Amino acid sequence: MLNWLGFERRVAVRFLREGRMQTVLIIVGVAAGVAVVAYISALITGLQRNTLEKTLGAQAHVTVSALDDVVLPARPPVAGSTALVQTQPRVQRPRSIANWQSLVPVLEAMPAVAAVSPMVSGAGLAQRGEASKSIALMGVDLDRYDRIVRLRSKVVQGEARLGPGEGIIGRELAEDLGVRVGDRISLVTGTITDSLRVTALVDLGVRELNRRTVIVPLRAAQSLVGLPGGATGLDLALVDVWVAQRLASDLSQRFPYKIESWQEANSQLVSALNAQSVSTALIRGVVMVVVVLGIASVLVVSVVQKQREIGILRAIGATRGQMLRVFLLQGAIVGALGSTLGVLLAVGLIKAFTTFVRGSDGLPLFAITLAPSLALTVAGIATVCGVLAAVAPARRAAALDPAQAIRM
Amino acid sequence: MTANASPLIELAGVHKSYNLGMPNEAEVLHGVSFAIGRGEFVALIGPSGSGKSTLLNVVGLLERLTAGSYRIQGEETSGLDDAGLTLRRRAVLGFVFQFHHLLPAFSALENVTLPALMREGRVTSAQHERARAMLAAVGLENDMNKRPGELSGGMQQRVAIARALVLEPPLVLADEPTGNLDRASSDEVFVLMRRMHAELHTSFLVVTHDPRLAARCDRVIELVDGSIESDRSASAARA
Repeated sequence: MLNWLGFERRVAVRFLREGRMQTVLIIVGVAAGVAVVAYISALITGLQRNTLEKTLGAQAHVTVSALDDVVLPARPPVAGSTALVQTQPRVQRPRSIANWQSLVPVLEAMPAVAAVSPMVSGAGLAQRGEASKSIALMGVDLDRYDRIVRLRSKVVQGEARLGPGEGIIGRELAEDLGVRVGDRISLVTGTITDSLRVTALVDLGVRELNRRTVIVPLRAAQSLVGLPGGATGLDLALVDVWVAQRLASDLSQRFPYKIESWQEANSQLVSALNAQSVSTALIRGVVMVVVVLGIASVLVVSVVQKQREIGILRAIGATRGQMLRVFLLQGAIVGALGSTLGVLLAVGLIKAFTTFVRGSDGLPLFAITLAPSLALTVAGIATVCGVLAAVAPARRAAALDPAQAIRM
Repeated sequence: MTANASPLIELAGVHKSYNLGMPNEAEVLHGVSFAIGRGEFVALIGPSGSGKSTLLNVVGLLERLTAGSYRIQGEETSGLDDAGLTLRRRAVLGFVFQFHHLLPAFSALENVTLPALMREGRVTSAQHERARAMLAAVGLENDMNKRPGELSGGMQQRVAIARALVLEPPLVLADEPTGNLDRASSDEVFVLMRRMHAELHTSFLVVTHDPRLAARCDRVIELVDGSIESDRSASAARA
């Protein structure tokens, strides 16, 4: 509708134009606020996504393993009495998940689950010549495991392949042992020794992991660890990483296994992310309050300055509602213009960040982009804030007694 | 129709007090009664402090009366709320103030189209034409796009008259319309009001200090200390 708020629009725009300096200052103020909020939101979103990708790229979202061995009391305590018992915690020996072969298809059928990979893990030594390094041994099915951690994309040399007698090792471990692709190394676990040929070197993103990781076929690991036919854990990748916690608690109620989400395995990371989110929200809130106060104070001054004009308009027939809307509209216009400018400013800041802040390899540290939905949300909220900020001044303008205002 | 038979406005026993119920309560109007018919040109005179402006504000629906009755076209206004008063003000009244009271951010032409804009949210081309014609009629055809600040006092007052008359209200209220002007401009403005009155048959109620101008009105109401001292035709006043 072309004439919708025609009078209010004309007067609001004219009042703002008349107030030049005030208007420019407050629009710049809103723009600065919006830019800060949009930039911080984009930065934190990018940072968190990057951190999560790095973390979750190298591990399962949910892991299933056998319950810990616990000491059972020799006899049930008698009601009303206290037993003073001193117990030695039991040794956690490698144990297989009972019935894991039939559990895999059950888990795979769940809509939230993207992939399931059985694994056998244990400790051992890798030896070559004089060198002997302690390692974390993982036995996996390559195709399944690839769907969990995208192992193939992490290969830095050679070609990922896990045939019988073959293995994939971390880049640093290869350096320590002086191994190239195609060379053989010996693995020792307890009393068993096996040898494998290295088919590929991988970079898992963490140096310490690279120094310890040896990946072998499931069967090889089963015999090295001494669990024929067994699996010490099942790794799950999920469609949405944020349902991990709920899924894990669901599964623990249904199955007698120890089930851990990535959040439980990385509780420090999760609390760091939460702290980040909370401080971002705080900053956003404070900036929003400052923006609202800024708009409100400028409009309050404007109402006082324009008392006479408001009185004239009322005398020649403007209703209270019209005066109210004139000032609400000014708030909305200031909010909308300011947030448009602010979003552009944020885009500039982000460009500057990705151009000038670079990692040691010369590439941007991580990708931050201002998602259009985020920009729209921030701009929308700023405009709504503009209207809210205008409520008190607008009511004041509407309540002005025209007879008194004209006498000014 | 009784509305046709009744006068344009009719005040009966109007009292107006300020600070009602407080120790400094003051009654400014003590039972004022008069009526104005269609096409009358009335002067309201009286010494300063006699309550002229208050009376004009009451007639202009800018202030409420404390007691008494005020009918516009036969309709009682004392029970109306703010929105009701605003609508009557729009429909019946045009205002000309002493200090011009144009909106400085709008050009002369925009000031004259404001009443139409606030009624309908837009200005039709017919209304634009009408506003141009009004400004031409008050001798400002060459200054329509100037802001009030670029016009002389007399010109501004002529813009205000054009604005008051553009929607052809039945009654125009003028508060010392020439009080701020030199004699030549003041005569010009007064002559213009009389001409508009003759052309459009609009009723005028003009508050003035200037006995010269009062003498050129058809009827003179004299207010002293909040009561009507005299109400007679101008020829009688001259006598």
